[in-house]
Amino acid sequence: MNYLSIKNNQRVALESIPTLAYEVFYHEVVTHLMTGEDAHCVNYFGIPSGKEVKLICCIANDALGTIQVVATLADPEKMIPSLSSKIMAFHAFEREIHENFGIQYVDHPWLKPIRYPFDRATKQCQISNYPFYKIESEELHEVGVGPIHAGVIEPGHFRFICNGEQILHLEIQLGYQHRGLEHLFVEKKGLLQRATLAENIAGDTVVGHTSTFANVWESLCGFTASEKLQFDRALALEHERIAIHTGDLSAICTDVAYQLGSSVFGRLRTPVINYFQQWCGNRLAKSLIRPGKTNFPSTPQLAEKWFEVFHAYEPHFTEMALQMFDLPSVLSRIEKTGVVSRETALDIGAVGMAARASGLKRDVRSSHPTGYYEKTSYQPIMGQVGDVHARSKIRFDEINTSIAFIKNMLNQMPQPDGEIKPLDSPAPGSFVLSMTEGWRGEICHCAITGSKGELLLYKIKDPSFHNWLALALAVRNNEISDFPICNKSFNLSYCGHDL
Amino acid sequence: MLEVFKIWFHQGKQYIPDVTTVEVPGIFRGRPIITTQPIDEKQLVELCPTGAIGASPVSIDLGRCTFCGECAIQFPEKISFTKDFKLATNQRSRLIVKEGDMNPITVNPELIRKEIYRLFRGSLKLRQVSAGGDNSCEWELNAVSNVNFDMGRFGIEFVASPRHADGLVITGPITENMAEPLRIAYEATPEPKIIIVAGVDAISGGIFEGSPALNRSFLDKYPIALYIPGNPVHPLSFINGVLSLIRTKTK
Repeated sequence: MNYLSIKNNQRVALESIPTLAYEVFYHEVVTHLMTGEDAHCVNYFGIPSGKEVKLICCIANDALGTIQVVATLADPEKMIPSLSSKIMAFHAFEREIHENFGIQYVDHPWLKPIRYPFDRATKQCQISNYPFYKIESEELHEVGVGPIHAGVIEPGHFRFICNGEQILHLEIQLGYQHRGLEHLFVEKKGLLQRATLAENIAGDTVVGHTSTFANVWESLCGFTASEKLQFDRALALEHERIAIHTGDLSAICTDVAYQLGSSVFGRLRTPVINYFQQWCGNRLAKSLIRPGKTNFPSTPQLAEKWFEVFHAYEPHFTEMALQMFDLPSVLSRIEKTGVVSRETALDIGAVGMAARASGLKRDVRSSHPTGYYEKTSYQPIMGQVGDVHARSKIRFDEINTSIAFIKNMLNQMPQPDGEIKPLDSPAPGSFVLSMTEGWRGEICHCAITGSKGELLLYKIKDPSFHNWLALALAVRNNEISDFPICNKSFNLSYCGHDL
Repeated sequence: MLEVFKIWFHQGKQYIPDVTTVEVPGIFRGRPIITTQPIDEKQLVELCPTGAIGASPVSIDLGRCTFCGECAIQFPEKISFTKDFKLATNQRSRLIVKEGDMNPITVNPELIRKEIYRLFRGSLKLRQVSAGGDNSCEWELNAVSNVNFDMGRFGIEFVASPRHADGLVITGPITENMAEPLRIAYEATPEPKIIIVAGVDAISGGIFEGSPALNRSFLDKYPIALYIPGNPVHPLSFINGVLSLIRTKTK
């Protein structure tokens, strides 16, 4: 077999991943692995191997519930053909490989900097000098926005090419948030330090990223999380989804100048995030998830508290949402605005909620379930049109689904854990890939250990890595004044992308 | 239309009447108290993921603390976190809480510039700059303006342009890639202006301290008016911190 087939969260020996010559690898990926709509690339990255770079490509097959892993060696001195020229969804991965290692592609259609990491091979590229796409014309004008935006949000630069009010093209330049996270994961040796780093990958997806890290680490150490630990993580993950989706509905209302919706959803989020405060002492659930343990196990008292919070939340939320989705002045702004067709979503490898809103079924909870989700048969919520309305409506539906999911969970809370066995050291020479469906979508972390079990590489992929391009394409032919609601409807992560 | 009034009516009163005295629900890790009880200090110091704990005497630097609470869990007889969310000060050294220190953390009136009380006590416009922030502090800084916390009632607001601002609020550890935009935003802010650093990442770099991807030289060049610890900074810590800065009467 020309590839290794693994399950989500499974530990394998690094050596067991077949390393093929680049031509064979290329052929394998394009003609065998990336066929059909169920196959999509979840991670593709490099690790130095002598003078060459070992490229590891991980392609998930949603129908089979497996991830196909295959490797190759690339020489930075030689030009190689790019996968992106055949399959657009590889564009960001290959740009990253080019930026980090200087791998040169003959036919990459868009070989531009991606995040300007401090240790990039392409030192000649400066963030102040990004090569923006240009159209020479007297009729067109450019609008530059950022890196610092008008609101209290993260930095990134947007460059529009407009014909009057209409956007012809948007290019998004990121990298301002680059903190050297993957480097620090290897550098900092303490487990609590690494868990803290995981909490800071994207502060709005603390549960998503930290539980992915916990899963990776436990898999490396051969530790199986108890039923209770798995339960608590799923509970926190769904609760995080409710909290952020509620806040996003508020933000979407703000951007269509619907004050009532903005205020009501905004205040409805408060008790939801305060529930995390009551659970673990932090409104964003920092300190809740730890590999091999938790300092804050859920309790029947906390379950009771949860029902109390949602008894108050639900009627007010439903009333407000029904009003919002029935109001002509809101609908006229969000319907048919920022459309991403199913075809486009598939081409660019969109994931998560944004992909589902376009009718593309991508949901790790149902396709590659781990932990608590293995015991459930979760059915993804789907949209169809892929406009701002669909991405708003899917939030409403997912909030309701997650509430029902948690209610069902809390009726059967597992017994508390007794003494938990401490974690062993990570196994040497191993590879682990772990995926979690965060509120934005597919989070994928990969880890590689060396001969003594030391961490050699920690690779993080936030769903935003795929979906930023979806935003850039969504706004084409829209009015520039609709950009803010398009942006909010995706609510992508800058720091999760820039790392 | 009737529906709208119904929704309106159902909201009741959502604002926190007094943000200076309200109690935070559930667990809150605010200002710590360190007892004088002897423990294995080496073990305690090594436990902290960001090196916020110092030995002999035992101290916690709130500018580096991620408030993960691990120290209080492992050494409950030594360290406990109170629910006091008033953590802001204008003196960096005051963020270091030592053994036996039970005093509240306050601003030092002698270090407040005179014009702050005169000009900003009733109206302060702030421009927020996220420089590598993980979107948790940014999130909470958005929450300070919502209907619950409603910072606007004190005349304190976030504005879109540095040209309209009386100061900057910096979040995040300040990445190399944001160093220049941050400097430009600061220079675009008219005098007199203040700098507020919010959250552990901004104050010390937090878990990112020492990362080669950072460039924190901005903080060495300009005076810092207020440090507000937190991971992320809690809306109540932020509002109370800013109020203590602008409403403390200076001679």
